[in-house]
Amino acid sequence: MTSGFGLKDKTAIVGLGYTPYWKRGKSAPRSLQELVCAAIIDAADDCGIAVPDIDGFAYFAADFDTGGLMETLGIKEVGFSSMLTGSGGGSAGAVGLASAAIVAGLAETVVVICGVQQGELRYGAMPSTYDASPESCFYQSAGLVGPGHMFALLAQRHMHLYGTKREHFAEVAMSTRLNALTHPDALMKTPMSLDDYFAAPMISTPHCLFDFCLETDGAVAVIVTSAERAKDLRQKPVLVHASAQGGAGEWGRSIYWMNMPDASFASSGHAAVARQLYARSDFGAQGIDVAQIYDHFSSQVILQLEDYGFCKKGEGGPFVASGAIRRDGGAIPVNTDGGQLSCGYIWGMSHVREAVEQLRGTAHNQIMNAKTCLVTGGPSDIPMSALLLRTDA
Amino acid sequence: MSRIAKRPPDALVRIVADSWTAPFWTAAGQERLTCAQCGNCGQFRMPPTPFCPHCRSQAIDWPTLPGTGQIYSFTIVERAVLPGTEDTVPYVVGVIDLDDAAPARIIANIVDCDVEALHVGARVRVLFDSYGDGIGVPRFTLDGDGA
Repeated sequence: MTSGFGLKDKTAIVGLGYTPYWKRGKSAPRSLQELVCAAIIDAADDCGIAVPDIDGFAYFAADFDTGGLMETLGIKEVGFSSMLTGSGGGSAGAVGLASAAIVAGLAETVVVICGVQQGELRYGAMPSTYDASPESCFYQSAGLVGPGHMFALLAQRHMHLYGTKREHFAEVAMSTRLNALTHPDALMKTPMSLDDYFAAPMISTPHCLFDFCLETDGAVAVIVTSAERAKDLRQKPVLVHASAQGGAGEWGRSIYWMNMPDASFASSGHAAVARQLYARSDFGAQGIDVAQIYDHFSSQVILQLEDYGFCKKGEGGPFVASGAIRRDGGAIPVNTDGGQLSCGYIWGMSHVREAVEQLRGTAHNQIMNAKTCLVTGGPSDIPMSALLLRTDA
Repeated sequence: MSRIAKRPPDALVRIVADSWTAPFWTAAGQERLTCAQCGNCGQFRMPPTPFCPHCRSQAIDWPTLPGTGQIYSFTIVERAVLPGTEDTVPYVVGVIDLDDAAPARIIANIVDCDVEALHVGARVRVLFDSYGDGIGVPRFTLDGDGA
């Protein structure tokens, strides 16, 4: 099947740009467009491409206005402007979207961008402000309004089926916090012990405060171009080896539906994405040196580790408890920047940033000789996505 | 000291229906629990949608269910979801396997029982809260001790 994937190693992430990460609301008085444009300019400077020469945009999850970005940045002409549907699941897939556009000849220099700026509204209450619809009142009327409640239901079922414990969720929170402590841009700088974890306020059982990601303002951009052209640019190319976006019908609207078959309810829904991804890759889980796994909730890191084959189904809890995801000697170091739980939450683009830095060899918490990296997009409704990146030889 | 499962803020109960979902809410207003069942192949589905995902039929039936089931999963919400609704916690959101309607599940509150007594697999039975205009919202409580 690998021969069927026409994008393999054909494109590369060549430019990386980002703003600081701010605690929610603290980026004021900067505007969101200002953050987004600053990240794009930074990414262009990083690789030595002139901003006006950008000719494509690939997005996910948010409202973006390509016309406005062109007007603001003086971009001459674009041949591609597309967005993955769905919600937070598309960060990794948007890079694949950019690659597809380049290989198809629609554009040469494509920006993938995400910017987040939060106003008064807390994310947990966001769905409560949506207009009620015939679909939404089946969950909203029960007070199931935040992703933290929704994923708690999946986590609870996983605990019931497999004996997963809060100590396992704690290990995810603690190990990523440990990584954040030595990352200069990370927002969370206080060490976390098991006692600290259990002392945190319960939000929605089994999820306590430290099982939730941060709420962050900031923007991250990457520039994707052909692998051929990447050789002549300033930075060490990070090849887009394989990408996938989608999911199985039985997962469907997932957290807004709750009728997934038992085999997939207590999961991240990523099993089908992982299957697609590995079928397009020269290597599987055993060949991955470091992983950036979407951590909106600690429990979903464990469920993704299972769905991506780092351990067997149901064994994710004991797997993390064994130290497997620790940066210091773990079998598969996870979220080496401190992740969205403790570094910054840019809807998955912060994971793309860390993956690029790991494979360039410039990460603040560098994994020695890291040559391959998995990046996942958020477990959510379909499409969800993933990316395998590798160094050039 | 037991803590009793409350109800989420009334502000969240904004029932909007279309022709495919209205029979569910109308039935609840009459204290009757129902579930969409394909009129062709008999498959149950929730929430109701315009086509059966198994056979694409649009024929739909609304059988009266016994109103019992068991907890498939649940979460105890301890933090108020809207400012000023601190008196609504703890409330419990359950995913309920409905008797006689497998594999359909319903998302509903579990109310009026000790939150510490809840567990996956516990038996529950329906009750109805009225929200006027003939609209009801099904909720569940432990059936006996829920064992």
